[in-house]
Amino acid sequence: MTTTFEPAAGPATDSQVGRERLASLLQSYGAAIVLVILLIVGSIAFPTFATGSNFSNILTQSSFLLIVGAGMTFVILTGGIDLSVGSVFALGGVLAAYGSSFGLLGALLFPLVVCGAIGALQGFLIAHAGMAPFIVTLAGLLGVRGLVLATTDGGSATPLITDPVVVALGQGQVLGIHWPVLIAIVVIVLGSVLLARTRGGQSVYAVGGSESASTLMGLPVARVKFTVYVLSGLCAGLAGALNAAYSSSGVPTVGVGLELNAISAVVIGGTLLVGGRGNLVGTVAGVLLLSVIQNLINQVGSLSSSVQAVVSGAFLAIVVIIQTVLSRTQRL
Amino acid sequence: MTDAGTAVLEARDVTKRFAGVTALSGVNFVLRPGESMALMGENGAGKSTLIKVLTGVYQPDEGDLLLAGSKATFARPLDAQKAGVSTIYQEVNLVPLMSVAQNIYLGREPRGRLGLIDFRRMYAEARALLSEYGIQVDVRRPLRTLALGVQQMVALARAVSINANVVIMDEPTSSLEAREVETLFRVIGLLRERGIAIIYVSHRMDEIYRVCETVTVLRDGHVVHVGRLDDLPRVELVSKMLGRSVEKVERGGVTAFRAANESDAPPVLVATDLSRKHQIDGISISIRPGEVVGLGGLLGSGRSETLKGLSGVMQLDRGGVKIDGKSVRSGSVPAAIRAGIVMLPEDRKSEGIVPNLSVRDNIVLAALPKLSKAGFTSRRKQDAVVDVFIKRLHIKVSSPDQIVSELSGGNQQKVMIARWLAMTPKVLLLDEPTRGIDVGAKAEVQSLIDELAHEGLAIVLVSSEVEEVVEGSARVIVLRDGSIETELRGDQVDENALLAALAGGSAS
Repeated sequence: MTTTFEPAAGPATDSQVGRERLASLLQSYGAAIVLVILLIVGSIAFPTFATGSNFSNILTQSSFLLIVGAGMTFVILTGGIDLSVGSVFALGGVLAAYGSSFGLLGALLFPLVVCGAIGALQGFLIAHAGMAPFIVTLAGLLGVRGLVLATTDGGSATPLITDPVVVALGQGQVLGIHWPVLIAIVVIVLGSVLLARTRGGQSVYAVGGSESASTLMGLPVARVKFTVYVLSGLCAGLAGALNAAYSSSGVPTVGVGLELNAISAVVIGGTLLVGGRGNLVGTVAGVLLLSVIQNLINQVGSLSSSVQAVVSGAFLAIVVIIQTVLSRTQRL
Repeated sequence: MTDAGTAVLEARDVTKRFAGVTALSGVNFVLRPGESMALMGENGAGKSTLIKVLTGVYQPDEGDLLLAGSKATFARPLDAQKAGVSTIYQEVNLVPLMSVAQNIYLGREPRGRLGLIDFRRMYAEARALLSEYGIQVDVRRPLRTLALGVQQMVALARAVSINANVVIMDEPTSSLEAREVETLFRVIGLLRERGIAIIYVSHRMDEIYRVCETVTVLRDGHVVHVGRLDDLPRVELVSKMLGRSVEKVERGGVTAFRAANESDAPPVLVATDLSRKHQIDGISISIRPGEVVGLGGLLGSGRSETLKGLSGVMQLDRGGVKIDGKSVRSGSVPAAIRAGIVMLPEDRKSEGIVPNLSVRDNIVLAALPKLSKAGFTSRRKQDAVVDVFIKRLHIKVSSPDQIVSELSGGNQQKVMIARWLAMTPKVLLLDEPTRGIDVGAKAEVQSLIDELAHEGLAIVLVSSEVEEVVEGSARVIVLRDGSIETELRGDQVDENALLAALAGGSAS
C-alpha cells in the first residue's frame, strides 16, 4: 500500500521498466490488436465478412462516428466531456438539408457556423465561467435537441436534400471509397498533426495532464479548453451534415445516444478519461472495433440488435477494467 | 555581488487584502542581481501571499512592483514569466505524463517549417540545457518515471531557460534527498554567478544560512526585519519571526494556565522511533496521565506530522505507539481511537467540524457507535451525553440543535473537544487548539486543558504561540527538521530556552 504514497523515487528496476513499457503499449495499441484479431476471426468464420463491399460498408458506417470521435478525443484529452455531440449531429444534418438549397457551400457552411457557435458557447461556459463540462454539455444535449425539433415542426418535418452536388458529397465515391470516409481520414490526419506537432496540441495534453501545472507554467488554459469544445461542435456538425448528404435528408431523430458511442470509442482507443494521454489513432481503432462488432453480430443474423448493445457495453466495461489495471501497473 | 547595479526586483508598499483581512501591509524589499534572499515567516505571516503577488497569481491592492526600475503589472502567471520572474514550487508543478523535454519547453517549443514542433531540436536543446547543470537524463522519458530530485531540476531548468532574472523557490528541498539538495545548491550557485537573483523560502535554518545572503522577515503581513544573514544570530532570527524579544521575556500571567501540568504516574502512551520519509525521523515520546507535554518547533519541523503519526492519520515507515503497554496498530485512525488516542486537528474547518450539522450531531458524531444498538441510535442517550458536555465545557449555545457554524470559533473548538471527550480517551492530542479564536475563548480553552489534565488525561499540545507552550506544559519536546532537537524540563521550560532550541545550532 505504501507505493501509493511514494512517488517513483529512484531508477526503477529493469523488470519494472519492462512491465511498465508493456502496459503502456497495451494501453495505446490494445484496441488495434483486438481489432486485428476480430478481423481474422471474422474472416474465417463468415464468408460474407471479408469482402470488399462489406469492408467498404463498415468504413462508410464508421466515418460519421470517426469525425465525432475525433472532436471528442480533443475534449477528453483535456479531461473534459462533451455530451451534446449527438444532438449537435442531428442539428448539423437538419441545417445541412436546409442549407443545401444554396448549394454545397450552404450545406456545409450553415451547419458548421451554427454548430461551431454552439461549441463556442459551451466552451465559454466551461473555460471562462468555470462550470462543469458534464452539466454544461448535458444542457447542450437537451437544448440542442429541442432546437432540432423546433426547426422541424416538432420533429415531424424531414427536410430533403435535392441538390445533386450535396448528395454526391454523401454518396459519391472516389476509387471506390465514399467521400465521408475520405473526409474522416483528412480530419483524423489533420487532428493527429495538430495534437502531436503543434504548441496548441501539446497544451491540450498539458491541460489534461495537470491543469494547475499548466496554469502555473503560463499556458493559456482557458483558451485551450474553449477551443476543444469548438472543435468538438464543428466535428459533430460536419459529421451530421455528411450523414444528411449520405441519406439525402436531415432526419431530426438521428444521433440519439451518439455521444455515448463516441465516448466509448475514445476510451476503448486508450485515451484516459481523466485526460492527458491518448491519441486519434486509438480513437480510429475504437470506432472501427465498435463497427466490426456490430457487423459481426449482423453476420450471425439470428442475434437481435439489442444483443449488440449488450456486447458493446460489456466490451466497454472490460476495456475500462483493463485500462485501470494497466494504469496502476504504470503507476500513473 | 549584492551591491552591484540597480535592483532587479523591488516591491514598494505592496498591500493585499482579502475580504477585509489584510494579508500584506506595506511590504517593501529590494532584490539585486545575483543576490539570494531568504523570505522567512511563520504560518499566516503573508509569505505565500507575497509569492503569489510576485508571480502574478494575485494582484496587489496597493503599491507597486518594479522590475529593473520600471513599474510592472502581472495580470496572470504568464506575464510574470515573460517579464523574467519564474517560480519553482514545493510540489513539482509539471505535467507528469509528458516527457522531460516537453515539460521544459511547454508553450514555447522550437518550431520548424509550417509551424510544426521540431522535436529533434527540442530534445537536443533540452539535453544541452540539463547537462549545463550536470544532469544526465533521457529527455524523452515521461517525467513521472524520474526521481523527485530530478523532476525538481527539470522544473528549475524550465524556470531558468525562460530568461529568468529572478527565480523564486518555495520550499524546494522539502521532498529531496540529501544528495539532491547538494545538486540544487550547486545549481543555485551557478545561477547567482550569472546574475540571477534568488528568493528562497524554506523552514530549514541550516539551508537558509548556507544558501542565502540576505533575509526579509514577515510577520502578520508586515516586513519586520531586513538585513544580511551573516550578522544575524539564529536565535534572533527566530525571535523576529515569532515576534518575541530575546532580552525581555516576561513569564506568567499571559495565559490562563494555572500550573505546569506535571505527573509522575507510569506513562500511558509510549511512542518509539516514529518515522516517515521526508517528514519525521526517529521520534520517541512517552506521556504520563495528567501530564501536558508541549511539542515545540517551527513550521515544518514535524509537529503536526508527529501528532498525525500518533493518531494513526499518517502511515508510518517505522516505529509504533503503545498504550498502557499494548501496541496500537499503526496507520489506522479507528485503532487509535479504540486505544484511546484522539486528535483535535489543526484545521478545524476542513478536518474537524461538520458545519451544517447541529451542535448535538457534531458532539456525538464519533461516539455514535457507542450510543447505538443494532444500528439505531438512541436519542435519549445522545441527549444525556450532549447535555453533560455543554454544561461541563460551558459551550454557549441557544439549544443543542443550533447549527454549529453559527457558533464562535472558541465554542466550535469546545464542541470539537466535547466530541472527543465523549469517547472517554486516554490521550488527547491538540494541534493549535487556540488558533483563530478570540482572547476570552482562548483563556477558556486553556483552562479547560488544565482541568482535563488535572482529571488524569494525558495531553500533547502543539502551538505556535511560545507562551502557550511554555506555560501550559510540564515538558516541552522541541522538534527541528523532523527530529527531536532537545527536551526542556522543569525550570528549563522558559521562552529563552525554547527560542534557542527552536533556532538550533549556535544558540545562547
